[in-house]
Amino acid sequence: MEYAILLFSEIYKILYVLIPVLVSVAMIVWLDRRIWAFVQKRRGPNVVGPFGLFQTLADALKYIFKEIIIPASSNKIIFILAPIVTMTLALIAWAVIPFSEDFVLADINVGILYIFAISSLGVYGIIMGGWASNSKYPFLGSIRSAAQMVSYEVSIGVIIINVLLCVGSLNLSDIVLAQQKIWFVVPLFPMFVIFFISSLAETNRPPFDLPEAEAELVAGYQTEYSGMMYAMFWLGEYANILLMCALGSILFLGGWLAPINISPFDMVPPPVWLILKILFLFILFALIKAIVPRYRYDQLMRLGWKVFLPFSLIWVVLTSGYLLYFDLLPIY
Amino acid sequence: MLAHAIFFYFFSFVAIISAIMVTASKNTVHSVFFLILDFISISCLFIMIGAEFLGMIMLIVYVGAVAVLFLFVVMMLNVAQQKNQWFKSSDTSTHIPIGLIVSLIIFFELIIVIGGWKYKPDIIKNFSDSLISNSTNTHTIGSVLYTEYIHLFQISGMILLVAMIGAIVLTFRKREGVKRQNYFSQVSREKNQGVELVEVKSNEGVKIDV
Repeated sequence: MEYAILLFSEIYKILYVLIPVLVSVAMIVWLDRRIWAFVQKRRGPNVVGPFGLFQTLADALKYIFKEIIIPASSNKIIFILAPIVTMTLALIAWAVIPFSEDFVLADINVGILYIFAISSLGVYGIIMGGWASNSKYPFLGSIRSAAQMVSYEVSIGVIIINVLLCVGSLNLSDIVLAQQKIWFVVPLFPMFVIFFISSLAETNRPPFDLPEAEAELVAGYQTEYSGMMYAMFWLGEYANILLMCALGSILFLGGWLAPINISPFDMVPPPVWLILKILFLFILFALIKAIVPRYRYDQLMRLGWKVFLPFSLIWVVLTSGYLLYFDLLPIY
Repeated sequence: MLAHAIFFYFFSFVAIISAIMVTASKNTVHSVFFLILDFISISCLFIMIGAEFLGMIMLIVYVGAVAVLFLFVVMMLNVAQQKNQWFKSSDTSTHIPIGLIVSLIIFFELIIVIGGWKYKPDIIKNFSDSLISNSTNTHTIGSVLYTEYIHLFQISGMILLVAMIGAIVLTFRKREGVKRQNYFSQVSREKNQGVELVEVKSNEGVKIDV
């Protein structure tokens, strides 16, 4: 009985986070297309519902009723597993995101490592999908994607080390609370820029969307997918984008903290600030998709390994030297 | 406590089954996926005994990086269709003695370590002072690793660096006749090197590409 109550209250809490996340994934797909259209002087989806807000729901309905085609020569179990893995990994990372000081599903000590681990697992959905399809384009797309995600994870890891040096804890709530005096975007601005670009590459967004470059690889690892399985890939991708935006706002933009801690700002409930910051980062993501042309693959690799990695490593040395010299190292 | 036991047995069961399936499955790519499942369930076990830092590092390093490279190599070498017949062919059965010797050595090493731990608990007493504190195990590992074991830590870092450079040297080859993009020469190109104004006479033309 005790267990049952515990179980149901946990499930309730999980749904309390997951359902808003899923709804906002649907909304940001709409926002993405809308911004893309406005930059190109088109109208974008504006028919279904007010301002076309329900376009994604209509699309989802369409995907549900479409036939799921499984290629005859594919590896069926892994083929079906791949979108499930992508979707699940994109959603379970939300467990540790703190929405306010006391509203977090799992306030674990190694929250940032957990998110980092989950996002590094994200590559498996793509590799599995690409390999199991047993076809040229998905396979090439998944190989590209794996190399790209592994490379950019390295620089994201080094950037996270920069932030952790300033915080002294791996707990996400502690990271946010350490930014009460100043958001880390100010002292670590170059790291914020690199983090933002790396998270574009990590989520396979343009200009780094080479795994699904339509001119070369049809649709990359998603080529053989249809119906609900394709929709799951796509939902997982957008949930990952939202997650990267949330991570960026927690690490650099002060998470749920208000910009200035005075009267009109601290009346607003903390989760609203986090949502606004996520939205801000997502609008940047969407604008970049519309503005920047796609990179060539060797340029992408060069940027990751020869530019971002050395630069962020040097920044680690600088940050730790600065903190050590001025005796600012946080000691717990 | 019951839930704890259930989860413990679940994860250990998955770990053992997937470890067996790594060797028993016929498809090499499936073997790698089972290896990943094994890593994940072992990191869950780490988290269950309270070593959350080790569990997460296990996930990041082994699952996030090492296994991806395994998968990469296995897919690239096109051994996916190779049938891995367990104990069947005479070709693979020659490896069995070596495997048996290695696993026996590991087994006895484990017996020595765990036996020593069980019957001489004061061997590890030196460290237990620093382990009993309120700080999280990330802080504890950090404070031990970078003070008492700093030399071992540095040496292992050097070994990894040497291995990395060795791998790069082994696979590095400079291919001739490949057009490479030189950003510096591209950016430092001046107008007079790239553009030439030529007076063209009628009916004669000019010779370009000199």
